Amino acid sequence: MRVALFVTCVNDALYPRTGIAVVRLLERLGVTVDFPAAQSCCGQPQYNTGYRHEAEPLMRRTAEAFAGYPYVVTPSGSCAAMIREHYPRMGRKAAGEGRGTSLAEAADSLAPRVYELSEFLVDVLGVTDVGAYFPHTVTYHPSCHGLRALGLGDRPRRLLAAVRGLELVELPGAEECCGFGGTFAVKNPDVSAAMGADKTGSAAATGAEVLCGADNSCLAHLEGLLRRAGTPLRAVHLAEILAATEEEPLS
Amino acid sequence: MTSRDRILARIRRAAAGGPEVDIPRDYLRVHGARTPAQTADLLAANLAEYRARVHRADEGGLVPLLARLLAARGSRQVLVPAGLPVRWTADVDATLVPDRQTSTIRELDGVDSVVTGCALAVAETGTIVLDAGPGQGRRRITLIPDHHVCVVRVPDQVVDSVPQALERLDPTRPLTWISGPSATSDIELDRVEGVHGPRALDVILLTAPGAQ
Amino acid sequence: MTGTHLGMPAFPEAAREAVRDGVLRANLRHATHTIRDKRARAVAELADWDRLRAAGKAVKDHTLRHLDRYLLQLEAAVTAAGGTVHWAADADEANRIVTGLVLATGEREVVKVKSMATQEIGLNEALEAAGIAAYETDLAELIVQLGHDRPSHILVPAIHRNRAEIRDIFRTEMGRWGRPAPEALGDDPRELAEAARLHLREKFLRAKVAVSGANFMVAETGTMVVLESEGNGRMCLTLPETLISVVGVEKVVPTFRDLEIFLQTLPRSSTAERMNPYTTMWTGLGPSRGADGDGPTAFHLVLLDNGRTDTLADEVGRQALRCIRCSACLNVCPVYERAGGHAYGSVYPGPIGAILSPQLRGTSSEIDASLPYASTLCGACYEVCPVAIDIPEVLLHLRERVAQGGPVTRDGIRVTLRPAHGHTAERAAMRAARLLLDHPGALRAGMRLLARARRLRPRRLPGPGRAWTDTRELPAVPAESFRDWWTRERGNPQ
Repeated sequence: MRVALFVTCVNDALYPRTGIAVVRLLERLGVTVDFPAAQSCCGQPQYNTGYRHEAEPLMRRTAEAFAGYPYVVTPSGSCAAMIREHYPRMGRKAAGEGRGTSLAEAADSLAPRVYELSEFLVDVLGVTDVGAYFPHTVTYHPSCHGLRALGLGDRPRRLLAAVRGLELVELPGAEECCGFGGTFAVKNPDVSAAMGADKTGSAAATGAEVLCGADNSCLAHLEGLLRRAGTPLRAVHLAEILAATEEEPLS
Repeated sequence: MTSRDRILARIRRAAAGGPEVDIPRDYLRVHGARTPAQTADLLAANLAEYRARVHRADEGGLVPLLARLLAARGSRQVLVPAGLPVRWTADVDATLVPDRQTSTIRELDGVDSVVTGCALAVAETGTIVLDAGPGQGRRRITLIPDHHVCVVRVPDQVVDSVPQALERLDPTRPLTWISGPSATSDIELDRVEGVHGPRALDVILLTAPGAQ
Repeated sequence: MTGTHLGMPAFPEAAREAVRDGVLRANLRHATHTIRDKRARAVAELADWDRLRAAGKAVKDHTLRHLDRYLLQLEAAVTAAGGTVHWAADADEANRIVTGLVLATGEREVVKVKSMATQEIGLNEALEAAGIAAYETDLAELIVQLGHDRPSHILVPAIHRNRAEIRDIFRTEMGRWGRPAPEALGDDPRELAEAARLHLREKFLRAKVAVSGANFMVAETGTMVVLESEGNGRMCLTLPETLISVVGVEKVVPTFRDLEIFLQTLPRSSTAERMNPYTTMWTGLGPSRGADGDGPTAFHLVLLDNGRTDTLADEVGRQALRCIRCSACLNVCPVYERAGGHAYGSVYPGPIGAILSPQLRGTSSEIDASLPYASTLCGACYEVCPVAIDIPEVLLHLRERVAQGGPVTRDGIRVTLRPAHGHTAERAAMRAARLLLDHPGALRAGMRLLARARRLRPRRLPGPGRAWTDTRELPAVPAESFRDWWTRERGNPQ
């Protein structure tokens, strides 16, 4: 099976280790991974801040970069949600503004082929035990876009539960937003930090060593708070835990 | 141009050409299947959960039960609406005050208890509905006294659900839906029973002869 | 809307104060968490919840599509049942109508049932200016009124107050308005409710005029519906001689049967009860035209537009008019929980307020332009909404209106808005980012530049970046981007 990796701009620039983990994990599971170099940002920051027209060229670029791939896999719930939920809306709005149907067609073509990583593993590959080894106590924060927009449900937790050596502890109030929210984090910094502090507080109270998530944007916010507060809890992307084995542990 | 015309014109401009919407009615008419006895049990349980006191009686037991409930509360003045069966209150040891159109609000405020029937009761929500019909009187008589005793005929006045209740009610009549005594959640979103309406609600499920 | 809240600071500034107020944070957290779990249990009892939700949404959408027809039908039915219908295009007109109706009775005081519509138009202030005292009778509204405060929640306007604060307000203020609070009033909610009962009873017993809103109006029958808990609603709706109801035009539903949906979804979403303690339904003056001593002898219905038809004109934004004011979205909103209701600068706080206020009032004020951004788009509000208002979708739509400008209807006229002030730098940054991101060569160069400067990771950034680094470390910049790793490992990507 051949898939295209949509690594996302945040991972490309700041969290390459997440992208690398996805490649290793998928290849270990017998999947051939392509990285179409024309990919860039999905346009979510622009769109979510109200600059839909600025997001349109990025949407067009993303759709073209992944044309022809039956599966586009991304380690980001919010970017997957952007493509699946908002691209079709952007296409309809552009058509409604009398700018033709090409954006709508691009959106409708791409949206159903995009899979968030845990969806791809569980639904397409049909695996929950990916052969990972991670001897640590982990608590999982389901980011909002994965939880509510994509409906990932318990897929990530099932994947984590099958990791050898891993002890999964429940995060109280897990379904509550961490306060990142894209540009919300800087437009409403006080509320954002207060929400994040509550989230990191409940994560630390579980006694876990690792706070796992499936969206590095949320994790950047939480990790930033943890570091500033000096809390000994690491934020780690799901892909990195699933990629870890006894032979190649997470560094 | 009147505001009426202006508002209607704005609506027509705003909504014109919008999509037509069909209303799906595939929601349930009743939640679950119950025998009439089970429906009455559910009504009793739901009423009790919201702090109504629920009693059961047949025609023979109703008279002493009413007398006992009113005596236990020490009620000296008991309001009775027109159309309430006279025999029900035959043993009540208190002054029976008829609901008169001329009675003032302050007079009503001096009454201890009120006894009424109802139009129907809804089991799934623990609700009694009054429609100002015979044996129910004006809306204010079940509002101002601090104690309301309501008699529900089982099974014929009990429906399972809200949809069934609306089917049986006449919207032109004044309708009062009552689910337990008055309550508030206004302090820390915590429910407290008893504010302006009757703080005590006794519901008597009156079983038809031979029904049980 | 009225100017009551104009001149409010933008949401982020108002929220900052709330976040730092420990008592307020604790009050809000306690109250919203108490109701959240209860609501979930009440909803889970109904196996057909999703179908009820879809039906409720459809009834509202259908009604809005034919709102002119249903309002005319309602008007005819109310009139036939002995009521009088008035139409108010805006707040001023509604206030003039109500004030005139009260003055015509010769009375100088009114009792009020909690009503969002009358708060929205600032009716109490308008009545006061005409020498008419308006007494709020809902417990939470009473707390707000006695405390010279503003409401901060749709269902529980005094949610920001805890029991001890409420006791203090009752002790110091009740005596100035009527019967004072008992000498040794404690802070047990039961005692507080009892104090309110005694204080308000004398007002109920002498009131000749009442003002209410309504949860629903039935077009086919002219029936008005008010859901409440305390009995203050029944007092106001049935004892006075004159009843004036001020209701937004969007509150109409076509048929009496349609209530079977909302009477199941509203209480469970709102107070998490199977049914609220009291619901009153009345149709004009009733079959006897008020001659039986049961209820008012005069009923006036004031139909209120005040920005609603402008909202209706927006294809995306109009779904906000489905709202049945249950407040479930407030109770689950993590932003509301930290910022409190006052930060929203409107009688409609929380997620629904963030999409309703900027549509009813427009986006020209600082507070209204900031409201669409007062959300992380987490989607919890949409999930609990009993009429499936996609609040995140409308927030995004309104963000566009603020940032990009675009078509909008104001006072019935379609105009094109220019982008809001204060977004110039942001717009330039978004455009620059887009240009960079749309050119992978430049993007790769940029990332390499970033990697080279990685050791310079500052602890605090200047300018807008400060908003991040005031409380958070910046992420470490890796030595190599993913695409450089790929090229190194796998050769040039195709």
